[in-house]
Amino acid sequence: MTTRTLQFKIYRYDPDQDQKPYMQDIEIEVDATDRKLLDVMVKLKAKDDSIAFRRSCREGVCGSDALNINGRNGLACLTDINSFPEGKPIMLRPLPGLPVIRDLIVDMTQFFKQYHSIKPYLINNDPPPERERLQSPEDREELNGLYECILCACCSTSCPSFWWNPDKFVGPAGLLAAYRFIADTRDQATNERLDNLEDPYRLFRCHTIMNCVDVCPKGLNPTKAIGKIKDMMVKRAI
Amino acid sequence: MVNRKIVGAHYGLKDWLAQRITGVMMAIYAVLMAVALVSGAGSSHESWKEFMSCGLVRFASFLFIVSLCWHAWVGVRDIWMDYIQPAGIKLVMHVLTLSALIGYAGWATQIIWRL
Ligand code: SF4
Ligand code: SF4
Ligand code: FES
Repeated sequence: MTTRTLQFKIYRYDPDQDQKPYMQDIEIEVDATDRKLLDVMVKLKAKDDSIAFRRSCREGVCGSDALNINGRNGLACLTDINSFPEGKPIMLRPLPGLPVIRDLIVDMTQFFKQYHSIKPYLINNDPPPERERLQSPEDREELNGLYECILCACCSTSCPSFWWNPDKFVGPAGLLAAYRFIADTRDQATNERLDNLEDPYRLFRCHTIMNCVDVCPKGLNPTKAIGKIKDMMVKRAI
Repeated sequence: MVNRKIVGAHYGLKDWLAQRITGVMMAIYAVLMAVALVSGAGSSHESWKEFMSCGLVRFASFLFIVSLCWHAWVGVRDIWMDYIQPAGIKLVMHVLTLSALIGYAGWATQIIWRL
């Protein structure tokens, strides 16, 4: 089997041991069975088991292996190793803007705090029907492109507005989820949800930079969802 | 005071909408000026002065100045909100920005009405 060597530069930081972060040079042989970056990272970990990163499903559903790959956020398990430019080391860094716990592992507390702040669950005070709350196919259609989010944080951590105000700006992932419930015809808290976002920080820190759309590994469009929330606010106000 | 992050000032939509609307106003004014220039209103100082001091154009220019300052207020305040964290400094910057913009608006209006 033909093999080739891939060079990496990996962000390393162990707060218990290191004064400050550094980039580690490391290379690894890959063969035709290695397809995705995550396959190679598992090999890297076998070579140097001190490298720390998160992963679980290895197929783009759990959202745990989001990294900054050559300067761009993405999931290691969905990144094709043939997509890298030849002859240049591959740069792996943790997601930007969140505190580093160790190496490629970041503290996602702030991200999930924002997600929880939009009440990511259906609010409906009517007694539940015997089987389920039904929607028409057209109403259900509106939820496509919203419910698929895996909360990997690729979008929010590439958003400059989230870097500057992670404690006040909900961020693209949270806002996409917010619109998912605002758009749900079974939800009864639309007004409260809009009130919750009608603030100069929580929603309106978004300056339509669209970094979020650019990086979402699931191909979702938080900017469009944000635009729809703004539309609904305008319609409500005039 | 306990150190809690508080959000929920209900002027997000109003300011965002104001910025869009004033943007449109300025675009319309820019087209108006371009048309005037192409059709020769700016060929001499005299004709330009005459054009600028006509009632309708004064009205439009005044609207333009107000739109510009309002637009700039939301935009510049956005910058302070993004990059300045301490509330005290932020308030000072807001006040300075607002004072400068109101001053400019008055000054510009005075110039136009003097024509
Ligand atoms: S919107 Fe996309 S990038 Fe953002 S958290 Fe969801 S799946 Fe990840
Ligand atoms: S469009 Fe809005 S949410 Fe998306 S990256 Fe830009 S500022 Fe952030
Ligand atoms: S390992 Fe689950 S999304 Fe990549």
